[in-house]
Amino acid sequence: MSEKFAVDMIGCDGHGLCAELVPELVRLDEWGYPILAPAVVPPHLAGHARKAVTLCPKLALTLVPTRPR
Amino acid sequence: MITAAPLLSESSYWYLSRASGFVSLALFTASVVLGLLTAGRVSSAVWPRFVTQGLHRSVSLTTVAFLLVHVVSIVLDQFVDIGLLATVVPFVSGYRPLWVGLGAIVFDIILLLIITSVLRVRMKHHTWRWVHWLAYLGWPIALAHTVGIGTDRLWVVVVVTVSLLAVLAAGAVRLAGWRRVVAGRPL
Amino acid sequence: MNAPLRTRHDGRPRLLAGWAATGRGAALAEHAQANGPLPTGAAPHLADLATAAGLRGRGGAWFPTGRKLATVAEYGAKAGAAYVVVNGVESEPAAGKDKLLLRAAPHLVLDGAELAAMAVGATEVTVAVHRGTGLAASVGAAIAERAAYRWGSGLPVTVVEPPRWYVSSESTAVANFVGGGPGKPRAESAYRHGVKGKPTLVSNAETLAHLALIARHGPDWFREAGTVEAPGTALFSVGGAVRRRAVYELPVGATGEDILRMAGGAVEPLAALLVGGYGGSWVGLDALARPFTPEGLRPIGASPGAGVVIALPVGACGAAETVRVASWLASQNARQCGPCFNGLPAIADDLARITWGRDVAALSRLRLRLGVVNGRGACAHPDGVVRLVASALTVFSDDIDSHLAGNGCAGLWRQPVLAVPQPPDVSEGWR
Repeated sequence: MSEKFAVDMIGCDGHGLCAELVPELVRLDEWGYPILAPAVVPPHLAGHARKAVTLCPKLALTLVPTRPR
Repeated sequence: MITAAPLLSESSYWYLSRASGFVSLALFTASVVLGLLTAGRVSSAVWPRFVTQGLHRSVSLTTVAFLLVHVVSIVLDQFVDIGLLATVVPFVSGYRPLWVGLGAIVFDIILLLIITSVLRVRMKHHTWRWVHWLAYLGWPIALAHTVGIGTDRLWVVVVVTVSLLAVLAAGAVRLAGWRRVVAGRPL
Repeated sequence: MNAPLRTRHDGRPRLLAGWAATGRGAALAEHAQANGPLPTGAAPHLADLATAAGLRGRGGAWFPTGRKLATVAEYGAKAGAAYVVVNGVESEPAAGKDKLLLRAAPHLVLDGAELAAMAVGATEVTVAVHRGTGLAASVGAAIAERAAYRWGSGLPVTVVEPPRWYVSSESTAVANFVGGGPGKPRAESAYRHGVKGKPTLVSNAETLAHLALIARHGPDWFREAGTVEAPGTALFSVGGAVRRRAVYELPVGATGEDILRMAGGAVEPLAALLVGGYGGSWVGLDALARPFTPEGLRPIGASPGAGVVIALPVGACGAAETVRVASWLASQNARQCGPCFNGLPAIADDLARITWGRDVAALSRLRLRLGVVNGRGACAHPDGVVRLVASALTVFSDDIDSHLAGNGCAGLWRQPVLAVPQPPDVSEGWR
């Protein structure tokens, strides 16, 4: 199943754990908030992606299914 | 406290409970400190935030493990009258009901914290957060329970004092971080 | 506002017909005389009527109204409840059409709202109006009039006044407020998760007024005016350096030149136009020949939005005007999303440094920040500011180069063309 990251920008408080865990798909803007790559999560990063979702202190990060193009 | 000489195994439960109690307090303190550091956004080049958060979760689970040993062993101990009910309902034990009662309150709070955190993804974040604030109530009560149930040794006083200082320091860091986050918002 | 109203289509306004004749709001009796009874029979197939008529939302998005009605009806049926909210809040400082319409023809708006409620299965209607304008009282009086004469569907209709923040008129913010929460935007669309979490139709007041007339006269009548993709008439708030700053009703498809002519023409040579509102775009004068429809303006990266057209004279400084508006817009955020409450003040600051401070580094930093902030809030507020500033960098690029070269600009000390209201005091709150 292909998934990509989505973030609830209202809930997000810029803790930045997601960018630490999956820097290939998440980088932080100058204020500490996540910029998500629109790409599908590749299989070798799936474990890290799930960990980032679980560890987000505000539960703002989620993985959503995406229609394969 | 009476120790009956021939049955060594029975006083073993008592010592087991005391030992696991101190370990539980130390772990609970570590968990509270890690939680405060997570919220205070402490990190460095070699210590990322996900380590603090991850440790907070693992240490909390370990705390529960030792806490269960502490509670079960004191129930099994024959020489003090603390039944299973007294571990969750405060102030009903035969032995030192006040201090054991405080322990029961802490146990209840920690169970609530762990259960809500395990089920965190299934509830509104808002709800989880309000319940988690009970940790600020639970930890001082745990400290009071430890001190009240018997500080007859100096090293216990030392452990308790160090724990208190650690939590206060981490609390200061947390508040400093909170002000930084709030300052980022205009008006 | 006493200009004779003329439209391309048969020379008669539709929404503002009564207002043009009498100069005051239509009481229920006049409304009944002019428009006939409430056509409740049209309610069950209202969505189809709206789609056939090609009605598109007049709140700024130009979204097909029929599709919105059908979606809310569908989700409402599944959820077991639905709500209808009339969005008359109009917190855009340059817009006055909804406030005028609610005074001139409240019964058209209320008819449309009640028909929509019947169509989507809503059990109550809430009218949201701008705080401190007296509209709460006048709309309340119209509602009472309807109850007294047993006009309407019998559904309860109430009036609320959200706070005066710019973002509080956003549809999810209004739904949030109506449901008892703060007037702050939410991430979920109102048609899915609106008032109290239920599917909600949040429709602009003008859209509902058109709907009330379509239900009476039919889709073909509606299509007699306007373009094929955007039929009907629309209300335009015309301001800036024109002879008569006011709200005008024109058929959709009127060009920029037509719109300015309605307002008596420009009083000075013009440099540019601001189209769509303070969260809209600057366009050059070559846009004047274009029809001011979504399709007509999309090729130049603009949209008519909520029908705001402001003429900027040559003597004014477009960059300075943009700094003032962008700073105000930055202060109007809901303090919810980091890229917005951090990024918008930073963007306004960069533009100020370029306009007044000759800061060349700020220009490349600004372009970077515009890209980073765009689309990263829960609502479209940051996108509007990005659009405004990015279009200023394009349309006023020569002026900006001149500023950065230190040539000065007489327009910097001119009276502002784009007025910004006093920001609501913090005590305004979000409830």
